Amino acid sequence: MKRSSPEYQQTQDRLASGTFGLLLALVLVGCSPGEPESPGTEPRVRLITTDQYVNSLRYVFGTGIETRVEFPPFQRTDGLLSNSAALAGISSSQLEQFQGAAASVASQVIDPANRDFLIPCTPTDEGSANNDCAAEFLSKTGRLLYKRPLTDAELAQFVESAAAGADRLGNFYAGLEVALEGMLLGPEVLFIVDRVEPDPENPGQLRLDAYSLASRLSYFLWNAGPDVKLLDAAASGELQTRDGRARAVDRMLASPRLVDGMRAFFDDMFGFSSFRTVAKDPSIYPQFQNTTAVAAREQTLRTVVNHLITEQESYLELYTTRSTFMTPALAILDGVATPPGWVPYTVPADSHRAGLLTQVSFLSLHAHPGRGSPTLRGKALREMLLCQVVPTPPPNVDFSIVNNPDSRYPTQRDRVMAHNENPSCAGCHRIMDPIGLGLENFDGAGSFRATENGVQIDASGNLDGVEFDDAVGLAQALHDNPALPRCLVQRIFDYGVGGPATGEDQHREFLAYVNEAFAADGYRLHDLLRRIALSDTFSRIRPAPMSDLAAD
Amino acid sequence: MPKLSRRRILKGMLGGSAVTVGLPFLDCFLNENGTALASGLEMPVRFGTWGYGLGGTTSVFVPKTLGADYDLPPEIESWARVREHINLFTNSKGYLDGNSNRCHYSGWVIARCGIAPSDRIPGETIDTTMAKQIGKTTRYNSLTATATGNVTTTYSYVNADTPNPAEWSPIKFYTRLFGPDFQDPNASAFKPDPRIMVRKSVLSGIMEQTRALEKTVGAADRARIDQYFTELRQLERRFEHRLSKPEPIAGCQPHDQPPEELAMGSDVESVQMRHRMMTDLMVMALACDQTRIFNMAFSDASSGLIKPGYEKPHHTCTHEEPVDEDLGYQPNASWFTRRSMEAWADFVEAFTKVREGDGTLLDNVLIYATTDVGYARTHTLDEMVVFTAGRAGGKVRSGLHIDLQKKSPTVIGYTALQVMGADLPSWGALNNESSEVLHEILV
Repeated sequence: MKRSSPEYQQTQDRLASGTFGLLLALVLVGCSPGEPESPGTEPRVRLITTDQYVNSLRYVFGTGIETRVEFPPFQRTDGLLSNSAALAGISSSQLEQFQGAAASVASQVIDPANRDFLIPCTPTDEGSANNDCAAEFLSKTGRLLYKRPLTDAELAQFVESAAAGADRLGNFYAGLEVALEGMLLGPEVLFIVDRVEPDPENPGQLRLDAYSLASRLSYFLWNAGPDVKLLDAAASGELQTRDGRARAVDRMLASPRLVDGMRAFFDDMFGFSSFRTVAKDPSIYPQFQNTTAVAAREQTLRTVVNHLITEQESYLELYTTRSTFMTPALAILDGVATPPGWVPYTVPADSHRAGLLTQVSFLSLHAHPGRGSPTLRGKALREMLLCQVVPTPPPNVDFSIVNNPDSRYPTQRDRVMAHNENPSCAGCHRIMDPIGLGLENFDGAGSFRATENGVQIDASGNLDGVEFDDAVGLAQALHDNPALPRCLVQRIFDYGVGGPATGEDQHREFLAYVNEAFAADGYRLHDLLRRIALSDTFSRIRPAPMSDLAAD
Repeated sequence: MPKLSRRRILKGMLGGSAVTVGLPFLDCFLNENGTALASGLEMPVRFGTWGYGLGGTTSVFVPKTLGADYDLPPEIESWARVREHINLFTNSKGYLDGNSNRCHYSGWVIARCGIAPSDRIPGETIDTTMAKQIGKTTRYNSLTATATGNVTTTYSYVNADTPNPAEWSPIKFYTRLFGPDFQDPNASAFKPDPRIMVRKSVLSGIMEQTRALEKTVGAADRARIDQYFTELRQLERRFEHRLSKPEPIAGCQPHDQPPEELAMGSDVESVQMRHRMMTDLMVMALACDQTRIFNMAFSDASSGLIKPGYEKPHHTCTHEEPVDEDLGYQPNASWFTRRSMEAWADFVEAFTKVREGDGTLLDNVLIYATTDVGYARTHTLDEMVVFTAGRAGGKVRSGLHIDLQKKSPTVIGYTALQVMGADLPSWGALNNESSEVLHEILV
């Protein structure tokens, strides 16, 4: 339903008059009206990420348990690291890390300082096995770690291990420790497995089973495994009803854990994993330290969370907003004073900064160690924010003109425009450089500058035919670009279902439907997440080709 | 001396008691001169790789003379201290076989996988093939490290979707190698941890679950779960290792833990320092027989090394710096190559510092070193260079400069595979396939 359509107006009038208001609102969002038929997504087996592992363990054992792990990031596919989670394998060194983390967590859990809080029973004789107490702890913990109840056989296996350990080591807790350490290496702790079942409401179709749906929702919104309530909703069958699922999703959207989930998504989409190794030449940018990089990443994530989750503002305005947060490590770049820590900060109206593109995160990440780069910035904007693909440069091209010290080229603009003198460069650089030139008032470390080599910087450019004069104009042009919201929808859907579409239809109709609704909802993230999480497409699973079925 | 087997001493120690039994450092653990394994077996031959980005400039890199005592043009001047240990192969060519030249990627993938990539890594890298051959008996089947400080800088892959991530922090690498789980082969006391036996039994349950899961997923995921199963087996083997007293090894003398974490930074000096620290740790891991397969990456293929005060990192420099008309090359790009070659010389030299048998550790290793392009400025895969170092237990000659006459680097890879005992009829695909052993370097 478009905002301009008569149906939309009619609906608005009814809502305004209160007639059927509540009922209609429920029908509109709860039942996903207008959602096109979809074959669903493929079943996936995703490898857990560092953050998901840590978030999940924190939920299960509390924040007092220290988990120092850092698994290597996946390879970026279609704009997201998480898109490769369903492809990545576990290497030797990664398993070693899992094992180290498992041993450390298990030993902290049975530590006398923690065991009374974390183990729900006390054995009568600490010096020997106690199967009842072990079973109580292991079944409860196993349900959370495996994201489903353990089977009887699995539980029996762990209880037996705990008993054998207690016998051999002469201590109940020592046996439990080893059993828990083993459990933390369980394949369904480290992999998030989509399991399917026939969909009774749509004969012939498949859907995620209730526990897999709980996992998909939970990793999507919280970047962690399901909590007890969500597993309970799966166990009771409530999660497979429309109302029950809506209740579960609303609870998750209202939870503070949504912040963890969305920080993880935007950190991935904005390519912030590169911040771990970003380095600036200290002789050129002495003010840019490691702490600057950490603060730059944090500033953007704080801005995103405040703008999209706390204030529930439009996604488009994230690129023009002057509301952000400030900390001394960044304030020094602009020569402003600020108290220690993080404080809300409004960029002055006469500033050259507005929106995320002009934050230090974007400016410094997409630049060289010793200078800015209109090309890298233009490329990042196209690929990261508009989901467009810039072809890789051809081999055998001569870029040295870009560095020509000839006085005809005093500014970066002059130098990159030289790309256009070479036909083999011009094709691609025309779609990158004119965007990035809009940010030329910011150097490679993200500081403002008015001149380069004594020449006044011209920061004009254009984005898909929309002319602008400076960074603020570029921000507005991006805000108005129809590809901007479409790209978020694409990325967040892929993120939610665990990977990019591989089928022929690419979910085109479904995404078109979501895009339309996103616009109608004022580009609010909350509504977008809700719509995707409650859609049939999210939970429906397309049958695997016969050739792919596992032999029994 | 009465007949005394280690097994007899250790037998009975695993009954579950945590009693420490002090073992005298008995002579029967060593051979006569204390430099090889007591069992009388020769020291193991190890295989490793070294990688760096952006090739070099032929006019200042390639020696004029072939064979032994080759001259050292400016870019490899730093090899003077180790030239006798290095074979330099020049004028190699990577064949794209109809695929596009994926800049800074196709070249090293050809050299490491033997196949020109169309997109993702086409299969396991040569070190993985070697690890299957000789990596199964040690604590680690392979070790991978980098000097860049970036966990993703690696040229080692188990398969297209499983890179072997790089150890990047000297302290973390030290802890992994020589932390609490390290069994010092020369320690006089040996205390097997009774928990290890229990751990092993829990692990077998997890392996059963893993097998069961395999049956419920599609083919591609089944392969991934199977790989997990294989890794669990390796973990089980590591547990087993910890239950028996290792053979004493004279050369195994771990250093102290590095004092503090190095600051992140891509300036060449920092990277070279990190490279030396990671190299020392890797060398000692080999000396202590913790692994027989190793990989070190000095820089990324699109190297981000920084020269302080110069605004462009290495990769950008190779493309944008004009050729100096007087010199005939790009001076700053060449500066970066020279620093990379210093690092390679550091790497090789570190292996000569550990005595092993009648010689040094370097005598018992074979290192295969690759890069991604011939001339970085144009991304060409012509005139690529490959190096080896070490003598592979006396099987390989060293100190030679050989013109590969446009052969694929796979000819060196295949020769290395043969030397290490991998019985393969050929290695690589299409124009990069090689079934030829380069006899010139064999003893």
